[in-house]
Amino acid sequence: MSTTAPPRPAAAAPPRRRRRDDTRLALLFILPASIGLLVFLVWPLLTGLYYSFTEYAILTPPQWVGLENYRTLLADPVFWTSLRVTVVYVLINIGVQTVAALLIAVLMQRLTQSTWLRSLVLAPYLVSNVVAAIVFLWLLDSQLGIVNLALQGLGVDPISFWANESWVIPTIALVNVWRHMGYTALLLFAGLQSIPEQLYEAARTEGAGELAMFRRITLPLLRPILALVLIMTIIGSFQVFDTVSVTTQGGPADASKVLQMYIYENAFAQYEFGYASALSVALLLILMVITFAQYWLSRAGQSDLD
Amino acid sequence: MTTTTAAADPAATAPAPPEPRRRRRLTPGRVIAWIVMIVILVVTLFPFYWMLRTALSSNTALATDPTSLLPVGFSAGGFERVFGLQSVEEAVAQGGSGASINFWRYLLNSVIVATTITVVQTFSCAMAAYAFSRLRWKGRDTVFLIFLGAMMIPQIFTLLPNFILIKNLHLVDTLVGIMLPTLFISPFAIFFLRQFFNNISREVEEAALIDGASKVRVFFTLILPMAGAPMATLALLTYMTAWNEYFWALMVSYTDSSRVLTVALAVFRAQSPQSGTDWAGLMAATLVAAAPMLILFAVFAKRIVNSIGFSGIK
Repeated sequence: MSTTAPPRPAAAAPPRRRRRDDTRLALLFILPASIGLLVFLVWPLLTGLYYSFTEYAILTPPQWVGLENYRTLLADPVFWTSLRVTVVYVLINIGVQTVAALLIAVLMQRLTQSTWLRSLVLAPYLVSNVVAAIVFLWLLDSQLGIVNLALQGLGVDPISFWANESWVIPTIALVNVWRHMGYTALLLFAGLQSIPEQLYEAARTEGAGELAMFRRITLPLLRPILALVLIMTIIGSFQVFDTVSVTTQGGPADASKVLQMYIYENAFAQYEFGYASALSVALLLILMVITFAQYWLSRAGQSDLD
Repeated sequence: MTTTTAAADPAATAPAPPEPRRRRRLTPGRVIAWIVMIVILVVTLFPFYWMLRTALSSNTALATDPTSLLPVGFSAGGFERVFGLQSVEEAVAQGGSGASINFWRYLLNSVIVATTITVVQTFSCAMAAYAFSRLRWKGRDTVFLIFLGAMMIPQIFTLLPNFILIKNLHLVDTLVGIMLPTLFISPFAIFFLRQFFNNISREVEEAALIDGASKVRVFFTLILPMAGAPMATLALLTYMTAWNEYFWALMVSYTDSSRVLTVALAVFRAQSPQSGTDWAGLMAATLVAAAPMLILFAVFAKRIVNSIGFSGIK
């Protein structure tokens, strides 16, 4: 992407009218968006950083405390718990979701192009996280939930999905897989469309089976897109909050206290905005490292493809 | 890109298919694939059915006959509670909390928030995208890069500072406060529309300019109508995002005056009566909250589904 390129060559034609420079009009046109950008994206980025170095209880002005919040953070066992909980959540969520989405995308590619089918697969993505959370609260209820009743029918003891410390994070992760797998599948499906059909035809004449074709054609050619989708979904996954907030509020015993939940608690229950901001900075740094690492890895992986 | 990848497998471990070109023939493999696909669809769609089935049941019957696939103790009581059509005694008797829920108000709030954000944001971003795509001015590409960079800022990081900002502006617990941060800008939208504007032929535009039309007029009468389809797609996606937003709305709204549906649902769920959760009412509420999106989707499914590709990466 050239950044300093002069105006496109198409304009090389002789000037038809006096309008060569649209600076004033352009400034007018970008004015609303610029206000939004500066006030609600750039300014918060700066003030957020600033608050992380302050003690800020919202009713009194922020007091500069230097690195105090970060020192607290490193020694805060709840922070480390919530980081671990979040990472486990992301691993389960992204792991299952990517496999499921890939399966759906490949099945659609091999079976049908139907828009109908794609619409049905996308349906869960249309409801909010809140709706998804409440519906699964009911489906997975320990006494009346249909899933537990079905398990009972199979002779399995009822599982308290929401109240058991080792079940709660997998449960929340899978609820969000339900909501997002169709959307992810459609992104991958779009990527699959760019793989020429002749490749598969040729492979078939050579006698390759579906699995071999998947391993040798689909996966390598889909890799750049898969990498992009992974970056996007992992970043989204780290920001999980809605489902936890509606279902467990972080419980039982911090077992589902994801980072965002902890940040929210610090800000709105303890009124520790300074510390909450430091936690946000930590999360931001984690996301940045992941993005760069993945970008770099996918670049490194791309070269040996060609 | 050639067929080298495929040719790399001459060993052919799998038995060769009987005919070289099987077009949509029902082989055992395809049957299994369809079965897997159907299982996935059932998992995807069953929760929707269960919402409806529960919403049409009565709480007492749900407790005694929880496994029936059809509504049990068929009743519209859940919906009546959601819309406030039952008296407190009636609601409590049927397993509701009896607390008043001002559902129409929340619905109206959600509609106002989502509609305003969609209209203003799409328009504001279209204007910016036009300036970045078609107008000539110094520093254009640099400024565009800054806008692109903003796309990298995750929402979580701006939430707290934005809350403090909205609080200092005395806009907490107002609809304006909920809308403001995303009202004028979505860097993604600008990026998305600029791509389309770049692809619109210049000739028509030049012709209009020669005829003496101003660039403002060209934008309104030529560019906007020509970019109708991508703008509509973008508007749909924006509407969906705004409608489903929860975290920000939860931070900013405290009372009925600014409560949107997502937050109201969470409150409704937290208000569960002592006797046990009012599942029939709760499912009716989620169904009603999800209905506008599902209807919008039913109408525009094709457009939305086909728009999800690389441009759909948000």
